[in-house]
Amino acid sequence: MSGNPIDRIAQATPPGVAKRVRGLSDRAIAWLFVGPSVVLLLAVNIFPLIWTINLSFTNFKANRNRDVDYIGLRNYERILTDSDTWLSMQATAHFLFWTIFFQVLIGFALAYLINKKFKGNDLWTTIIVLPMMLSPAVVGNFWTFLYQPQIGLFNYVVQFFTGIDASSFSMIGSVSLAPWSIVIVDTWMWTPFVMLICLAGLRSIPDSIYEAAECDRASKWRQFWTLTVPMVLPFLMLAVLFRGIENFKMFDLVVQLTGGGPGSITTLTSIDLKREAFEKWRTGYASAYAVILFVTVFGLASIYVKALNKVKER
Amino acid sequence: MSGFSVTEPSKRQKWIAGLLVITYALVTIMPLLWIIATGFKSPEDAISYPPKVVFEPSLEGYVNLFTTRTRITTSMQGTLPPPETWYEQIARDSGTIISGPSRYGQRFLNSIVIGFGSTFLAIFFGTLAAYAFSRFKVPIKDDLLFFILSTRMMPPIAVAIPMFLMFRQLGLNDTQLGMILLYTAVNLSLSVWLLKGFIDEIPLEYEEAALIDGYTRFQAFYKVVLPQAATGIASTAIFCLIFAWNEYAFAVLLTSGSAQTAPPFIPTIIGVGGQDWPAVAAGATIFLIPVMIFTILLRKHLLRGITFGAVRK
Repeated sequence: MSGNPIDRIAQATPPGVAKRVRGLSDRAIAWLFVGPSVVLLLAVNIFPLIWTINLSFTNFKANRNRDVDYIGLRNYERILTDSDTWLSMQATAHFLFWTIFFQVLIGFALAYLINKKFKGNDLWTTIIVLPMMLSPAVVGNFWTFLYQPQIGLFNYVVQFFTGIDASSFSMIGSVSLAPWSIVIVDTWMWTPFVMLICLAGLRSIPDSIYEAAECDRASKWRQFWTLTVPMVLPFLMLAVLFRGIENFKMFDLVVQLTGGGPGSITTLTSIDLKREAFEKWRTGYASAYAVILFVTVFGLASIYVKALNKVKER
Repeated sequence: MSGFSVTEPSKRQKWIAGLLVITYALVTIMPLLWIIATGFKSPEDAISYPPKVVFEPSLEGYVNLFTTRTRITTSMQGTLPPPETWYEQIARDSGTIISGPSRYGQRFLNSIVIGFGSTFLAIFFGTLAAYAFSRFKVPIKDDLLFFILSTRMMPPIAVAIPMFLMFRQLGLNDTQLGMILLYTAVNLSLSVWLLKGFIDEIPLEYEEAALIDGYTRFQAFYKVVLPQAATGIASTAIFCLIFAWNEYAFAVLLTSGSAQTAPPFIPTIIGVGGQDWPAVAAGATIFLIPVMIFTILLRKHLLRGITFGAVRK
């Protein structure tokens, strides 16, 4: 099925003109064209990555001018035995799980409804999509205003609908609510992303399949679970992959919303890493931390892509 | 489609679907409308309880955004000459005098310079690379393409540690050039992947005809392929621009003063006793409106842009 997104990611380019008009000049042009990009990416991505790996075995501190000692794997040992690291991993896992849960649920529902092709659905889709494109830092900062007890719009709306006094709770100030405050804003921002991908999935299903099911007298409910859901699943899983990677890296929105607080209840790994690297200036330690995070996201993503390919083949 | 289609949703279904989606849209747009409205509130209205939906519009937020002010006493106010401009009048009404421009204008300008500079470079190099990936047999092509994509998986803070050290060595910390180079590299992955998709869609026959007509490969590229890819290039450019425009993590860690962009600056706008919300909202409004307009213009290519070209409609 050539319409599948995963195919396209790994797809090699169609056999080009090169096949027919071969010559050294083509190859020269190819390298001339690809060269600058590769060089720039090497300089800004690979070289720093190697540097980071190297630093991770040292006790280097970027704000001091002292000799650097190689200390082997001690940074890694410290990070993995530090309870703060595991707390921030836990905070990240909570954030990841619930944001993806709500975004998939609401995003799919919205896509399903929009696919009913009611009048003006294009306009409303565009409006729904707006939050996703905006600067998370700027919007996150403004949400702290919406979340203020008493004067905040969010608290007021909650009071209006539930009767809970607006000044009696603080979304970003209380330990029990703060993890949910970031889930709410992230869900608000990124549900449209899942929605758009699901919509593309729903629209890729040919009408003829439903017509055939109708002839077989399959109920609407059965059609939904045996046709719609399996056909959209690869798209949905792709959306989850994107959201998973993005939210594992999450920094700007949460830093502006809660700053990792209260205490360290919303200190995601990126925020923890930033503190180690740019506040405590434990550069060697932070480099090891960065390597661990990168390996984690890369490993999880690879396993996930394997699962995704299995679903696709079914 | 005929009226007897079994797949066409019924009138009632459409009505319910429309109602639910419109309700969601209205709820989701509220925070954005609230930002715009707060920008036009006086500081008192902004923090009133219950939150005010109807208020007397004021430009105080915008005046506060663009100026720095000093507080004056009422007795001093009598000794001053009358205000010459409307914005001086607004400042005077709240018991202050304007002592100079704020840094917002300069931060905004940085965002424009860095955004457009990095977008131009990312599109320039990205188009070349995408063309080569699309049309030639580049050795280890799939590996290179995956490598280009994988650079986006790293947490920005992890990249920022060596970048900070590297920039310090090269004297690029807090410079526009440093930020332009960094954003170019980050955006390259997006531009190569998206543009490759767009160029793949241009039929080979056009180029073959041009080559047979005696065009060189290079002429065929810029006289045949580039014009065909113009729409794709334009929408890719907007995606790159939006990324650079919105980026916060690198900006807050690698710039502090002269090259700082607007996203790290806006949250630091302080009034008397805390954040000056109308000024923050005014700054956010000016900053967010261009992106909203671009989003509406881009709506046809949106899905493609946000999935690196993995899903096309």
